[in-house]
Amino acid sequence: MDALDLARWQFGVTTVYHFLFVPLTIGLGIFVAGLQTAWHRTGKAHYLKLTKFFGKLFLINFAMGVVTGIVQEFQFGMNWSEYSTFVGDVFGAPLALEALLAFFMESTFLGLWIFGWERLPKRVHLACIWAAAIGSNVSAYFILAANAWMKHPVGYEVVDGKARMTDLWAVLTNSTALAQVPHVIGAAFVVAGGFVLAVSGYWLLRTRAPMWRSAARAALVMTAIAGAVVAGTGDHSARLMYEQQPMKLASAEGLEHDTAGAAFSVVPGLEIPRLLSFLSTHEPDAVVQGTEDLQSRFEQQFGPGDYRPDQQVVFWSFRVMIVFGLATVGLSLLGLWLTRRRRDFPRWLSRAMLLALPLPLLAVTAGWLLSEVGRQPWTVAGELLTASSVSPGVSLAAVATTLTVFTLLYGSLAVTEVVLLARHVRKGVEERAPEPAAERLEPSLMY
Amino acid sequence: MIDLWFVIIAFLWTGYFVLEGFDFGVGLLAPLVSRSPAERRQSLQTIGPVWDGNEVWLITAVGAMFAAFPAWYAGVFSSFYLPVALVLVGLIVRGVGLEWRGKVADPRWCDAGIVAGSAIPAFLWGAIFAGLLYDGLPAALLGGAFTLAVCVLHGAVFLALKTTGPVRRRARVAALAAAGVALPVAVAALSALGSIPALAATAALAAATALIWRRREGWAFAATAGAVVLTALSVFMELRLRPLPGLTLAEAASGPYTLTMLSWIGLIALPFVLAYQGWTYWVFRRRVAVAH
Repeated sequence: MDALDLARWQFGVTTVYHFLFVPLTIGLGIFVAGLQTAWHRTGKAHYLKLTKFFGKLFLINFAMGVVTGIVQEFQFGMNWSEYSTFVGDVFGAPLALEALLAFFMESTFLGLWIFGWERLPKRVHLACIWAAAIGSNVSAYFILAANAWMKHPVGYEVVDGKARMTDLWAVLTNSTALAQVPHVIGAAFVVAGGFVLAVSGYWLLRTRAPMWRSAARAALVMTAIAGAVVAGTGDHSARLMYEQQPMKLASAEGLEHDTAGAAFSVVPGLEIPRLLSFLSTHEPDAVVQGTEDLQSRFEQQFGPGDYRPDQQVVFWSFRVMIVFGLATVGLSLLGLWLTRRRRDFPRWLSRAMLLALPLPLLAVTAGWLLSEVGRQPWTVAGELLTASSVSPGVSLAAVATTLTVFTLLYGSLAVTEVVLLARHVRKGVEERAPEPAAERLEPSLMY
Repeated sequence: MIDLWFVIIAFLWTGYFVLEGFDFGVGLLAPLVSRSPAERRQSLQTIGPVWDGNEVWLITAVGAMFAAFPAWYAGVFSSFYLPVALVLVGLIVRGVGLEWRGKVADPRWCDAGIVAGSAIPAFLWGAIFAGLLYDGLPAALLGGAFTLAVCVLHGAVFLALKTTGPVRRRARVAALAAAGVALPVAVAALSALGSIPALAATAALAAATALIWRRREGWAFAATAGAVVLTALSVFMELRLRPLPGLTLAEAASGPYTLTMLSWIGLIALPFVLAYQGWTYWVFRRRVAVAH
């Protein structure tokens, strides 16, 4: 165990943890904005109640997304100074743009939304939640463009041992990013849809109030559409992976040798003939490269070393992602069918909807493990090894300290967040009309 | 182009310290100037709508350092590893404390998090920047004491400006007390820098003290904000020559292409950011009173 291993663990722990909250922020923000729009359009009180109810859950979660995100931005410099120095010219740009073009908008307008209920004209107040929610989605685009560049670097040249950007447009329209952005944002909407489904399912088991049916129906539609986007872009990503990241594809399938008409291994021992070749290229007889043959080719190209990622993690995370992701989408399609033309939600369906909370969270976590463990041993594919990326001056003790502190802090915050969310879900919607502004105001002498 | 980007980064850090400086001060002082839960809410509500947007100045400053001066970004945060990690812990507990305190049954834990999460970064940012300029622990401690004291003063003046009733009165007393500490510390810390802006910053702190004494809260706030700007200016004037031991800006900088592209986007976007953040302060321009 050395500083490199711990730095990797720290990145893994903090990133996976961060991304438990981010998808809810991305998807639920838009959902709340949609509810408030429905209230604005129809004037129906239950839309306002739902807006406030899900708005509160959104805010409890939003805080965690923000504070865990700050760690991410500093972590590159702290633990990965060699990486940062090598890539900053290219990789730093989307990060800076993310802060400037997305985070300012998200945070500022969310503050206006939270405190502006009585202070802003209704239309302006509605625009604030949309601006905040769009800000979250724009931020996802920039950070995914940065992430995609690590796996498929474009628009740069290496000068004096550092990457130099030559084409910002190429970085921002990287084919890998364009496939990944709808895939991840779609997944975020599946997570958020699943969250609303679980909350609505809980309430449908307790009350016949029609508002929970409308919330659940809206979430079913959102989850089903987002699920279709995730599946479609997942297929597209697989074909890009075949071209750009063959080692990851081979590892995800446990394919050791270059094979024409390669079979898709469902689980070890159960294979569907030619399906892997078909999924990778849409040609059933195409050759798919295998890990061992790629390893010897990489050794020729880059010198001695092990160029295979952790086979077990990549293989199994791929399956967890697909199974749990599809299960959530299947549940939403089933729900849509069963409740067509205003039919009632069967009790067992409401109960099953509770599963829509954990399943997509497990799927996105597995998806990130596949994506980032599958990138190893590189931080920038073909250019920089993870082992050469770590901060040389940071000691094992220092990383161990921060890893321990962050893990303990994150653990206790996770418990608190779950307790808080559960309490507010159980409390339900506020049945009384919302009270007027909590504070009295008098003019400031000067501002 | 390198100089332009250094100025932009200095501007972003300065904006961060001016804005989050009073957030830290308010977070620290809220328990001291409030005698009831309602007054606590009143105190914290002065920063409620804006603190998160203020914190984005830090995210943008650090993102801009990463993009424009990668080696500087990497060097600073890997060499000040533990202080930076502690800053992050502070920002985490402060952030969740502020967001969650209205949603928990007993907000005492949130309040403790807000105080600790305001005090730790307010002190450590000063210590880190002092550590960039001077060797040795005493310099870092003095820098930390300086930023902590100035944040408390800045926050106290902001509270006096933004509240009514007893909290406003107590905030003024707190500001005078903070000034009593901040002034001598500032003389010690800023005389080490010795530049004209550093001396002007000391003068601005003295002016702020006189103004808050005379209950000119708006002008006093302008003076503490001015002191923060002038201090940041004098620090970045030094950093321009030596951003990190053994590193020059030119060596740390990204290529001209990246800097040019970022300049165009930044110079177009920044006015919009300033406009809507300014608008937020306009929307919430009124004093906050106690809610019963």
